[in-house]
Amino acid sequence: MSKEKKEKDDEKPDLDKVIETSRRDFIRKVTIAGAVTVTGAAAVYSGHRFEKGKHREGMVRVLTEDNRLVEIPIEQMKDFKPDLKMLQSRGREGISGKKWVMVIDLSRCRNARKCVEACQHAHHLRPYEYHINTLVMQESVNTPAYFMPKQCQHCDNPPCVSVCPVDATFKRQDGIVLIDNERCIGCRFCIAACPYSARIFHWQEPSMAEADKDLEYDVELNVPHKKGTVTKCLFSADRLREGILPYCVTACPNGVYYFGDENEDAVTNGTTKETVRLSELLEKNGAYRLMPELGTKPRIYYLPAKNRLFDFEMGESREYKEETI
Amino acid sequence: MEETRFNNPEAQRKIDSIAADVLRNVRINKGFILWMGFLLTLLVLCLLAYTIQLKKGLGVTGLRDYTSWGMYIANFVFFVATSLVGMLISSVLGLIGYQWVKPISRIAEIIAIAFAAVAGLVIISDMGRPDRLPYVFLYGRVQSPILWDVTVVTTYFVLSLLLWFFPLIPDLAISKSRMQGRPAFLVKAYEILSFRWEHHEAQYKIMEQAVRILLILIIPTAFAIHTVTSWLFAVTPRTGWDSTIFGPYFISGAFVSGTAAVIIAMYFFRVNYRLEKYLTEDHFEKIGRVLVLVSIVYLYFNLNEFLVPGYKLKTGDAIHLRELFSGHYAPLFWCIQILGLILPIILMLFRRMRRPLPMLIISLIVLCASWLKRLIIVIPPQAHPNLPIQDVPPEWIVYKPTIIESAVTLASILLVLIIITVLSKLFPVIPIWEMAEGDKNKPLNIENQ
Repeated sequence: MSKEKKEKDDEKPDLDKVIETSRRDFIRKVTIAGAVTVTGAAAVYSGHRFEKGKHREGMVRVLTEDNRLVEIPIEQMKDFKPDLKMLQSRGREGISGKKWVMVIDLSRCRNARKCVEACQHAHHLRPYEYHINTLVMQESVNTPAYFMPKQCQHCDNPPCVSVCPVDATFKRQDGIVLIDNERCIGCRFCIAACPYSARIFHWQEPSMAEADKDLEYDVELNVPHKKGTVTKCLFSADRLREGILPYCVTACPNGVYYFGDENEDAVTNGTTKETVRLSELLEKNGAYRLMPELGTKPRIYYLPAKNRLFDFEMGESREYKEETI
Repeated sequence: MEETRFNNPEAQRKIDSIAADVLRNVRINKGFILWMGFLLTLLVLCLLAYTIQLKKGLGVTGLRDYTSWGMYIANFVFFVATSLVGMLISSVLGLIGYQWVKPISRIAEIIAIAFAAVAGLVIISDMGRPDRLPYVFLYGRVQSPILWDVTVVTTYFVLSLLLWFFPLIPDLAISKSRMQGRPAFLVKAYEILSFRWEHHEAQYKIMEQAVRILLILIIPTAFAIHTVTSWLFAVTPRTGWDSTIFGPYFISGAFVSGTAAVIIAMYFFRVNYRLEKYLTEDHFEKIGRVLVLVSIVYLYFNLNEFLVPGYKLKTGDAIHLRELFSGHYAPLFWCIQILGLILPIILMLFRRMRRPLPMLIISLIVLCASWLKRLIIVIPPQAHPNLPIQDVPPEWIVYKPTIIESAVTLASILLVLIIITVLSKLFPVIPIWEMAEGDKNKPLNIENQ
């Protein structure tokens, strides 16, 4: 219709033409605006219709874990919180396809103890309760002293697991040795059997027992702790499940820790976030494991304190007073 | 009419005489009530200490992350060890055919029962979560030596109980008509437990056969209980426990403490129960020889256990042995080895020392040393782990037992004494029918002694 009008207008005089031009322009604008409005309204309407269809009588469609699209009433929707049974079964099974491995570069450790603090904070431990501790080591008088972070070695042939009478401590498919403190009877046979002194016992009520009492027990975090049971390093299994590096690894300011998957032959430095080939790292740096003669086959490799980045400084000695029991 | 044993007048007269001597002590008198009252009062006090431990956790003991097994486990090892004597006296010496062990075999069984029964309780006192004891049966894993220990200690206890009870049946039958003036419940108990025993030859035959089977079965069981107990330590890679001779080392040590316990009990019954006729000087002289023999065997295993690693002085062994020979534990170690083992051997080689009173004193020292020796076996190897102990409160480094811990340990000893008292005071402590039978080769003339 507007086209016909335009053809007629062409025959009119100049002034008229000017006026006509502005009018034509106005009409075009109005037309475009109208079209946009109609389209928009149609879109909104169809969107509204679609949304109405989706929320049919207060229902919502969700995708389940096994990839099924199901519809449930909105009021029945709840935030997902894994229950004890699920935490236990996935905690005992481990993460399939993985073989976690840690490399500790002793040449970079200057006893900052950030790993210790991060671990104790995450696992609700007292300052003298260690899942990991940095030890001052010296093999003999003529060899230099160095700092050595030491935690559970997550042995592939773990003496602690062999002796446990109730299957409270176990080896998972991803290489992690865990303790189920819902099962532990507190016989401390595992503590006696561990050559690395990696395990500690809750001799008294755990420090955050009161605050943690409503938490669901997660075997991959071992929180809340229980009096009369054993605990130790868990390779931060809870973090690995989320795809994050362990607490100690990310807390280190000096790049001491590498952590990764042996199956992928790759480990990532927790400080620099640099990912390197595991086999190459071990080979080039003369890696070793603690007490190989015991046949425990640890999953932690140490790189010797060679070409150190820092001079060895003892720092102040730490004294811990036991809280009254 | 079936043939019965002890049917002639002479045998009857003999039984009358022995039964009179033995049953004189079977009664609830003032001494018994006072003694039991004393034991039970003390036991209640000690159990109060245990309730504190239950409430506050094992932190009330001196145990900490490094020395995490202490007095409780040492006491457990001692109890299992001492209970082994039942097998040594009844089975080994009995089956060889030594007639002189007859009057002391029941004493040995009572000691075996008491120590084996309480050993199981002692281990519960060491548990961080005693409420989860059923888990051992619900979730038990056969590869753990604890499961083996639970199985064999229970078996040994049951076998010992049967070995005490089967030969007691004829005695109960003999005694039930001679129980005038005893409480009614005891008479009733004798009536029921004697199973209408009528001294038929066939009954004796069955009983003797059963006892013989038990005597044979109990030998491997007894070896198993203490070998497995030694493996609780020997299966770990810890210096001081990581030893291949721990099994025989423990077994030989067990015979020493058990024999000493039997000698102490013999002396007590001889004097307090006035059983000089049955527990004669000759018995002390003979069991003295047994104690010398087992002590020498134990000394031999000690030599192996300390001399061989001492010769090589591997790093861990060197630290461990230095602690024992000249370090923190040296005074205790040398006291135990010299006063509790070497000196008793030398003394008991002399006949004069194998008389009742010297034997009592020697046995008391040997028994105390045996208890302390278990501390030396259990504790020092934990004090020096492979990696240094750092950044922990100073009181975590050296183990010091607390009063609560000692009280709970005392409770277990009191329980043993209670069981021994009940079994020896309410039932004949000398087998009446076996004594009446006498020595098949050389009749024992009781009246002339």
